[in-house]
Amino acid sequence: MKNALAIKHLYKTYSNGVHALHDINFSVETGDFFGLLGPNGAGKSTTIGIITSLVSKTSGDIKIMGYDLQKQPRKTKRCIGLVPQEFNFNIFETTNQILINQAGYYGIPYKLAEKKARYYLERMDLWEQRDRAPRVLSGGMKRRLMIARALIHEPQLLILDEPTAGVDVELRHTLWDFLEEINHNGTTIILTTHYLEEAESLCKNIAIINRGKIIEHLPKAKLLNQLKQETFVLYLKNPLHSPLLGSPFQFETTDPHTLDVTIKNETNLNEIFQYLSEHQILVSSMKNKKNRLEELFLNLTGTNDGN
Amino acid sequence: MEINSIALITLLRKETTRFFRIWPQTLLPPVITITLYFILFGKLVGSQIQAINGHSYMQFIAPGLIMMSIITNAYGNVVASFFSLRFQKSIEELLIAPLSNWVILLGFTFGGILRGLTVGCLVSIIALFFTHLKIQHFFIFFISLFFTSAFFSLAGFTNALFAKKFDDISIIPSFILTPLIYLGGVFYSLAQLPVFWQTFSKFNPLLYMINTFRYSIIGISDINVLMALILIVTGTVLLFLINLYLLNKGVGLKS
Repeated sequence: MKNALAIKHLYKTYSNGVHALHDINFSVETGDFFGLLGPNGAGKSTTIGIITSLVSKTSGDIKIMGYDLQKQPRKTKRCIGLVPQEFNFNIFETTNQILINQAGYYGIPYKLAEKKARYYLERMDLWEQRDRAPRVLSGGMKRRLMIARALIHEPQLLILDEPTAGVDVELRHTLWDFLEEINHNGTTIILTTHYLEEAESLCKNIAIINRGKIIEHLPKAKLLNQLKQETFVLYLKNPLHSPLLGSPFQFETTDPHTLDVTIKNETNLNEIFQYLSEHQILVSSMKNKKNRLEELFLNLTGTNDGN
Repeated sequence: MEINSIALITLLRKETTRFFRIWPQTLLPPVITITLYFILFGKLVGSQIQAINGHSYMQFIAPGLIMMSIITNAYGNVVASFFSLRFQKSIEELLIAPLSNWVILLGFTFGGILRGLTVGCLVSIIALFFTHLKIQHFFIFFISLFFTSAFFSLAGFTNALFAKKFDDISIIPSFILTPLIYLGGVFYSLAQLPVFWQTFSKFNPLLYMINTFRYSIIGISDINVLMALILIVTGTVLLFLINLYLLNKGVGLKS
């Protein structure tokens, strides 16, 4: 399959001597929902900045939809839509003007830009706000406006840098649905996020960047298989009054109604339920103690003190 | 239409809308200031000053005052607009889009020219309430208007590229541009100065711009108009190329 993005030997050293990126190599296939994860200062925003021409690279090659960023910058820019991390609207323009102007910068004539602006404002539930300046909009509305602005020229590759930061749970799920829909319709998406639950839920492939290097780049399923052990929280129907002594599993009682069980990756969950059934312990519900991707992320980036 | 032409029209529309939207800040103050100049310098002080080369003092200062408004507004429009985009980071809207850098530069420059000319028209109407003005040399008038306002729009752009805080966009207009305008022969003829100051004044580029414009309206000048026109056009082209180079290098825009 054709690559939407291919990065080879990308280096970035800032003028103050900080080496932000060190030999970054990865590619994103067309149609992918790709997660670029990493702790603060790992190099995510620098990478995105270089892809979107906001930051100059020191060396390396980048191809977007087959076009060389260095040699064909205008062609590559036409393919990309960016939702930046920080709000960067012209605060004196109305939401409608912002979208129409952005369309104009991509060569969309005024009449068509008006129609597209209306479509995306309605899609993002912002049409009622069309004559208001972004400074009077709520945080969630501003996020939606940034997404609408990034989509106005219908890019083939949409890059979202922390798109749901500061957004309430309901809106976050609405945005997830919307992003999944546009990905399903063919838009390649690159997502950076601090909400690893978001990456686990949306992304098909994931790269983890730390200290300017890609330390992992795998399909999500393979990545999660790297977890050597997982802890599940089991909610019990009836209270447990005595500890489970002599069990082959690593149980820990946190309260009479809750049991933690840590299992190795190869363990079959059915064996645990069979053991619990034999001891007349009924489980009403269960969940992962930690988000699996979060646990793996902390292990890989060396910030997990628990493992 | 090609991307660049639509993008240029978009930028121009945006810039024009901006200065018309905030007209109490952009269009009204120069009108009030120039009216006061005409009343104080033209009427009150000017009535005590004898004619210069056969023209009343009011007629003599009018072209300079019009050009002063054009220069300060062309400069002010670009420096404020472009720096505020950099400050708010909304400049990223332009930087990620597939328009050429020369389009960005032309868009802001034409925005500055349009504001300069709009203010110039308003101030000229005020001037006509105080004195009689008739354009003597149309070609020089239009060339002078266009290139002088373009030059200062481009100068404002350079200032905005290098500015790091809002103070940096007011230092040059306050401490360099305004003194150069006042010492550029708006209120006096070069012949009225001692020889040393005449020579010194010839290093002031504003002298050439103001005198060329004055020549196009009332037909008198302290300097060689052809040489002045060549200087203004060459300076504008040079400044355009310098700004384009800075934009291509990403100075003030890319880290």
